Amino acid sequence: MDLQRLVELNAAYARTIDNEQFEQWPELFHEDCLYKVTTAENVAQGMESGVMYADSRAMLQDRVSALRKANIYERQRYRHIVGLPVVLGETGDAADVETPFLIVRIMRDGVMDVFATGCYLDKVKPNGTGALRFVERIVVCDGGRFDTLVAIPF
Amino acid sequence: MDTWPEDSVARVPYWVYQDPDNYARELARLFEGPTWNYVCLEADIPDKGDYRTNFVGALPVIVVRDADGAINCFENRCAHRGALIALDDAGNVENNFKCIYHAWSYDLLGNLRGIAFERGINGVGGMPKDFKRETFSPRKLRTTTLCGLVFATLSDETPPIEDYLGEEILGRIRRVLNRPIKVMGRFTQALPNNWKLYVENVKDTYHASLLHLFFGTFRITRLTQGGGVLVSPDGGHHASYTIDKADDRQSTAYRDQGIRTENKDYTLADPSLLDTVKEFGDDIQLQILSVFPGFILQQIHNCLAVRQVVPRGTGQMDLKWTYFGFADDPPEMTKRRLKQQNLVGPAGFVSMEDGCVGGFVQRGIASAGEQVSVIEMGGDTTESQATRATEASVRGFWKAYRERMGY
Repeated sequence: MDLQRLVELNAAYARTIDNEQFEQWPELFHEDCLYKVTTAENVAQGMESGVMYADSRAMLQDRVSALRKANIYERQRYRHIVGLPVVLGETGDAADVETPFLIVRIMRDGVMDVFATGCYLDKVKPNGTGALRFVERIVVCDGGRFDTLVAIPF
Repeated sequence: MDTWPEDSVARVPYWVYQDPDNYARELARLFEGPTWNYVCLEADIPDKGDYRTNFVGALPVIVVRDADGAINCFENRCAHRGALIALDDAGNVENNFKCIYHAWSYDLLGNLRGIAFERGINGVGGMPKDFKRETFSPRKLRTTTLCGLVFATLSDETPPIEDYLGEEILGRIRRVLNRPIKVMGRFTQALPNNWKLYVENVKDTYHASLLHLFFGTFRITRLTQGGGVLVSPDGGHHASYTIDKADDRQSTAYRDQGIRTENKDYTLADPSLLDTVKEFGDDIQLQILSVFPGFILQQIHNCLAVRQVVPRGTGQMDLKWTYFGFADDPPEMTKRRLKQQNLVGPAGFVSMEDGCVGGFVQRGIASAGEQVSVIEMGGDTTESQATRATEASVRGFWKAYRERMGY
């Protein structure tokens, strides 16, 4: 797996969310996919739940429409700092990848707080047009304490 | 600040969410008083020596299963210098807990058993010969179990849990927790508000479909659906429920009132999220139940969870979520629950707003300690009602609160 392509995928992912182009976020996933936000402790104990859980691109789109049209929360945005990906294994054109992240949440009153850190456990492979996309993105947060609410995906 | 401005459960002074003395009084009279406090699930500690640490109000506790299979609970505080005895959220110990500070040890009942160098070294030093170990132990709490839930109380006066809850609430707990469960995940939500603002929110059937668009649009619950709220005689516990009623599709009550949550254009791209099966032998699609002071049992479709309210000072609290299913869930049911868990928790489609709305109140009342809130939907009484357009169970909370706090 070409590291450059992984870095570009992660950069596009972070930019999509941080620039609030949420409608483009599901496009970075295969139609059949798994996206989950959980914690290191739940993973260590073999617990499957997530605070967000989607097993289709359509469910990711529903996240976005809820974010845009349904849910009420104080105005905020994120700044992702994403580390370098490590390829854990490869099967054919798919790869298992681990990438550390840090998310700063910027609230409407100007407060900038570290909101979450953790690592992305990914399964990636190219789509029909050759673009690298996520088959799985498991967001494993280092801690299990979330301040106030999690509206925007990690 | 210790008098109620008006003798009514429909008026609540805002200083109750702000005053440090009142907060200290709550910890002593409510959490450490004659109440049952949820501390863990039986499923969390199935084997001898399994333990979890938790809080009863601000009181740190250890809950542990002993060799006889009994569940004991005692203060997580070494009798020597007051350090925490157990540092992890959960674990397993052989026969005793040992404080890391000076290695004093405790058995699984919380009795002080060992004192390092009790007789000194070579006959020099050590504890006085007349020191009575048995009179020094962390405070012990009584425990009780109900349908796999473990509750603890520091008071000798707390009645049996069945009497504490009453038949109606008891029946609603048994309805959901009818067989062995399986924990699916845990998350903590740190909320920027006084603990009571969250408890009131849970009991507030009036707000649910008004604040939460997701509820309204997808008919998970609407005030125009069948349902109601049960309030225990003392006011402290409640169960609200909605009943799946097909003819609600025709109702235009929300549109007629111009209420924001009515949005005909909002549809799910993947409706499997709400693919629900009736698993409790009735048409109740949502049941929210609270036990005074800080426990919640939730059934939202097939999404099951317990929530514990942990106060953290006047303006902060932790909400500890434990998602669960049943031990005999087939894989497709597990999948269904995993998807429906999107509805709740810190990122829940229908619960996210509850994470911020308490903070909005806490900030809104910053300079209004002597003002009061108005809790008068459905009158000024606390009895059970066959509608959810009422604040009866919120008033019930204040009835129990005032009684126990001596206001």
